[in-house]
Amino acid sequence: MTDTSMTSAATSAPQPPSRLREFWSYFSENRGAVIGLYVFGFLLLVAILAPLIAPYDAATQFRQHTLTPPVWAEGGTWDFPLGTDPLGRDMLSRLMHGARYSFFVGLVVVAVAASGGILFGLIAGFAPRWLDTFIMRVMDVVLAFPSLLLALALVAILGPSLLNAMIAIAIVQQPHYVRLTRASVMNELTKEYVTSARVAGAGLLRLMFVTVLPNCLAPIIVQAALSFSNAILDAAALGFLGMGAQPPIPEWGTMLSESREFILRAWWVVTFPGIAILVAVLAINLMGDGLRDALDPKMRRS
Amino acid sequence: MLRFFLSRLLTFIPTFIGVTLVSFAFIRLLPGDPIIVMAGERGLTDERYAELQEKFGFDRPLAVQFWEYLTGVVQGDLGESFVTNRPVWDEFFALFPATLELSICAIIIAILLGIPAGVIAAVNRGKFFDRALMSTALVGYSMPIFWWALLLIIVFSGNLGWTPVSGRIDLLYFFDDVTGFMLIDSLLSGQDGAFRSAARHLILPSIVLATIPLAVIARQTRSAMLEVLSEDYIRTARAKGLSSGRVNGLHALRNAMIPVITVIGLSVGTLMAGAILTESIFSWPGIGKWMVDSIFRRDYPVVQGGLLLIALIVMLVNLIVDLLYGLINPRIRHRE
Repeated sequence: MTDTSMTSAATSAPQPPSRLREFWSYFSENRGAVIGLYVFGFLLLVAILAPLIAPYDAATQFRQHTLTPPVWAEGGTWDFPLGTDPLGRDMLSRLMHGARYSFFVGLVVVAVAASGGILFGLIAGFAPRWLDTFIMRVMDVVLAFPSLLLALALVAILGPSLLNAMIAIAIVQQPHYVRLTRASVMNELTKEYVTSARVAGAGLLRLMFVTVLPNCLAPIIVQAALSFSNAILDAAALGFLGMGAQPPIPEWGTMLSESREFILRAWWVVTFPGIAILVAVLAINLMGDGLRDALDPKMRRS
Repeated sequence: MLRFFLSRLLTFIPTFIGVTLVSFAFIRLLPGDPIIVMAGERGLTDERYAELQEKFGFDRPLAVQFWEYLTGVVQGDLGESFVTNRPVWDEFFALFPATLELSICAIIIAILLGIPAGVIAAVNRGKFFDRALMSTALVGYSMPIFWWALLLIIVFSGNLGWTPVSGRIDLLYFFDDVTGFMLIDSLLSGQDGAFRSAARHLILPSIVLATIPLAVIARQTRSAMLEVLSEDYIRTARAKGLSSGRVNGLHALRNAMIPVITVIGLSVGTLMAGAILTESIFSWPGIGKWMVDSIFRRDYPVVQGGLLLIALIVMLVNLIVDLLYGLINPRIRHRE
């Protein structure tokens, strides 16, 4: 008897919204974040489908059509909607293929930097004091170098290529995850559920990864969005300086650096790759603001 | 108080040694024999090779090498440029004023525009101005500044012809280097038009370099203001009948400034990273361009020394900000 009455009471009580629902309701309150999400989704789609939807291959050179202006400008043609570059390659196709590189860089950098950073942050949070201090001092050292400068120096050692640029950017971004994870871990460790898990006999690894880590994820996810956009910016900057992706790879920053000498003659070869970078980064940052509002009540923008 | 200062200084030392270690490791992590790598296509005689081997000491034990490097650094010996044979230290300080001048102008622009923008946004929270300003700030924050620089060049140098594309001053002006700051030196020289020329060279690079700090300062000012405006003492001030201008300006802004000042202090790293790009684009003869050029020239002793000096500057400024912050805000001081 008591059993049935209890179950019926439980089902009749209003259910709290599922976590995903709750997240979405906060996230969608922020109109910018939703726009950012749509733009991000669109760019991601373009990146994935680039070989299918791009009018031409990124490397095909139309020698008789070098520096064709975009279609709406005088001399433009629908054959090349956004014009062509100094080698006669179609800008639109190159930009679409370029999206692949930027998103790839963002994903790899975030995956590498976050997994390494979370691991070290957890270790620092749980470790005895000397090890914690050691890890954090090492991170201080990395943070003392301006990120782009350190990435440049690392690429100078490793040799300029897109892969090495990604490694360098991931190393530079890692300390932010370490600091963030450690701070959340320290905060969680003072709470009673951790003590009770410990008393119940949970081992160290279980405490670290199963008990504590899930409760530290919110700020880390926000940081991931931020470092995704930073990775795209830094990779483009390295490409621009000639230390990232090498021509003829249609990476957006590399495209800009290739066309620099034409800026006063052909504005479109400079304008469009930059717009692509700006739109991608802006969309991700908008999403990041929304994620922060939805995931982290403490950091919520008032 | 003293304990706080000492503890901060103590954490500075291991970081200093760590930073030195990184710049020490840099040259030794190069794949292959660093001397051969640096020589590149220029090639080397056996004699010169032996001489360089002796100078860099790559054949000695690593620990000995590091000790010699560290003691050298403490005494201001950062080695010599592989290309010019001048001490890295001298080259750095010959170029540093150019970067400093550019950075100071950039941070002034960022503060003068960023703080009012943040205050206006906070006071008009949720209204049109707030949205417009904060959207602009987010665009600025997301801006690839190397592209922004090219756009400004297209418009202001190309189409309008208002500003020069590169350098610090027109070549027809020549005067003594007194402070290293072109704006001041050109005034001191008393030459007609020199100051205007220097200012015209400076304006675009400083706008470019100011962009990201400006966006960060505006966002930070807004959120700090909002936090302060919701405090009880602000309500009290309002209840006592103070005008809203007085409340916002005097009571709120002053207290909101603490986090903003921290952000300004911490943007040194951003400025240095931005200087690398800005100086490369505008051929601004500062340390950012110097570093990039040295990397391309494989002048690794310069890269090594520059890395260390730039990191030290960032660390020192952060330390000062930290100490000032502790001075202003006792809560920070007593946390440990």
